[in-house]
Amino acid sequence: MTIRFFISRDAASLAVGADAIAKALQQAADTKGLAIEIIRTGSRGLFWLEPMIEVETPQGRIAYGPLAPENVAELLTDGLMNGEPHPLCLGRPEAIPYLAKQQRLTFARCGIVDPRSLEDYLAHGGYRGLARALDLGPAAMIEEVVESGLRGRGGAGFPTGIKWRTVAQTKPGQKYIVCNADEGDSGTFSDRMIMEGDPFVLIEGMTIAGIAVGATKGYIYIRSEYPHAVHAMEAAIEAARRADYLGSNVAGSEWAFDIEVRVGAGAYVCGEETALLESLEGKRGLVRAKPPLPAHVGLFGCPTVINNVMSLATVPFILAQGAKTYQDYGMGRSRGTMPIQLAGNVKHGGLVEIAFGVTLGELVEGFGGGTRSGRPVRAVQVGGPLGAYFPVDLFDTPFDYEAFAARDGLIGHGGIVVFDDTVDMLKQARFAMEFCAHESCGKCTPCRIGSTRGAETLDKIAHGMEAEHNLALVKDLCETMKFGSLCALGGFTPYPVMSALTHFQDDFTPVRHAAE
Amino acid sequence: MAFHEPWNDAVAATIIAQHKAQEGATLPIFHALQKAFGYVPAEAVPMIAEALNLSRAEVHGVLTFYHDFRSEPPGCHILKLCRAEACQAAGGDHLATGVERQLGIKLGETTPDQQVTLEPVFCLGLCAVAPSAMLDDQPIGRVDAARLDALLNEVRS
Ligand SMILES: Cc1cc2nc3c(=O)[nH]c(=O)nc-3n(C[C@H](O)[C@H](O)[C@H](O)COP(=O)(O)O)c2cc1C
Ligand code: SF4
Ligand code: FES
Repeated sequence: MTIRFFISRDAASLAVGADAIAKALQQAADTKGLAIEIIRTGSRGLFWLEPMIEVETPQGRIAYGPLAPENVAELLTDGLMNGEPHPLCLGRPEAIPYLAKQQRLTFARCGIVDPRSLEDYLAHGGYRGLARALDLGPAAMIEEVVESGLRGRGGAGFPTGIKWRTVAQTKPGQKYIVCNADEGDSGTFSDRMIMEGDPFVLIEGMTIAGIAVGATKGYIYIRSEYPHAVHAMEAAIEAARRADYLGSNVAGSEWAFDIEVRVGAGAYVCGEETALLESLEGKRGLVRAKPPLPAHVGLFGCPTVINNVMSLATVPFILAQGAKTYQDYGMGRSRGTMPIQLAGNVKHGGLVEIAFGVTLGELVEGFGGGTRSGRPVRAVQVGGPLGAYFPVDLFDTPFDYEAFAARDGLIGHGGIVVFDDTVDMLKQARFAMEFCAHESCGKCTPCRIGSTRGAETLDKIAHGMEAEHNLALVKDLCETMKFGSLCALGGFTPYPVMSALTHFQDDFTPVRHAAE
Repeated sequence: MAFHEPWNDAVAATIIAQHKAQEGATLPIFHALQKAFGYVPAEAVPMIAEALNLSRAEVHGVLTFYHDFRSEPPGCHILKLCRAEACQAAGGDHLATGVERQLGIKLGETTPDQQVTLEPVFCLGLCAVAPSAMLDDQPIGRVDAARLDALLNEVRS
């Protein structure tokens, strides 16, 4: 009998040697004359346990990890074939507390299914959302998304259903669905994981969006730093087309919808929705002034829904299980679950999909297990390069759009980057300014020039030059950037800078730096 | 390894012709040219301008806006080192200085023997296994100097 093994092909799994493990397993099996099948899945998102192998047993899948290629042959002798106990045996992955404590709705299939197989997707509940959506019809499916409370996961948190309704209400004609897969924020990788691990769910979500608003064409704009995601999406789109889940009669209905992948070119600002549209049109990624909204005048001047990968990939669950089921998770105005990403100097780096309301401390200390270096946590940056740095004192903050805003922060795309006590917060504040200068589209002066001046001024403080005067200058500059910028690149760079200044004042005093 | 052919007008013209009918074709054309030649030389600009009915200035403006596109041929191998926050938190600064010293070049430069081009990148989505890098199209996580050394020696031999 052929034994089935599962090994992730996620880029982060490959980065820690998953291919070498797959090769070693096949070789060891061949040597022993054992019949095995290795299925390459996405990742479960427990990266500190990777590379990991799962074996199918009558008790379900049993995981082993983290493995080195040398371990594999010996493990095969020691009972890997039947999931027997071993120091590297992790038991059932679902029972690992990190995973057991999560609520995986959007990521329900990620790490379980073969991302290249439409049959596997269908066997695990895929396309049930579309089936129900087709029964409901466009107007009712939009209301379902509105009622679910789903807010855009790209950062701004705007209600997805309302955006769709606006586009649906424009007069019939060419409209577009654009999926924002630019995922430029440091510390984030959930979009990448879903595209590599369960690409059909994104295709299904975009298809539902297309039918809901009357768009027949969708684009996925994927950043060039994600070659594996590009391949996975292209392969899945091809498979969906062959099975008529994309094309002129989607799933045998009267609706037409197709998707094309486009690749970005290393410009962070192209994650901003209007810059992204410019880039798709073949232009420089300059931010457009709003209004008009993309919902009215979007891609090539046509009404356009532009949504983040997570927003669209959550839609199939909402349609399949009903708005109420999704809405029941969460707190306040933050409904449902958030795929949170633990990154940086963290012991248990990975993906935590959980209902809104979990505290920052539970995430960093509970799930994350503190730092990988073993030193005390000093700061965490939440929400990417435009997000605030939080000190441990604020670890009681619940993960919720409004609660973070109330503490001068943002949840953004859900990335949490952990730093230990060796971090120099002046250096981090300077990096925020430098990054803004590097990535500015150049349209407004406070962002283009202010960020360069900001970095220079922070350098002066680091050298102990007129610290007080220069600190006042930085604060003033932050005010100007905050209120004088057209988009959040210039407008939000003050978040990391001011939070560093506010919560980690010691790092900005001349004494500390003069001593170095 | 990243194999690139030397610049060739006729090949470039074919590539441009393959993509010109796409909506917003400039980026797809730049990517296809860079994939073939490793860079997008100035010679390509008038060809693209003509094919897409744009001015040279417009094409040049788009080309230079994006960090990805090189104007010079790169080395045989491209090592991208992540310089963003999650990798900084995990020792990325130290790693970058070490690699620069070891290769004898700065980020953005190519070794004199044309073997390796070292480029900064701002996040590879490998932030849970930081610090990270990408050697040609191969992602590398939990990078340390010894591991990078071994990989570089492997590709350079
Ligand atoms: C500088 C900048 C970068 C952004 N980067 C991204 C990104 O990488 N991915 C994303 O989905 N949204 C990004 N956004 C937010 C988008 O402008 C927009 O709000 C989002 O695509 C809307 O989708 P959603 O409503 O589903 O979140 C960025 C915004 C700014 C100002
Ligand atoms: S704030 Fe910066 S990135 Fe945004 S529009 Fe202005 S110049 Fe461009
Ligand atoms: S910050 Fe380096 S991979 Fe994301």
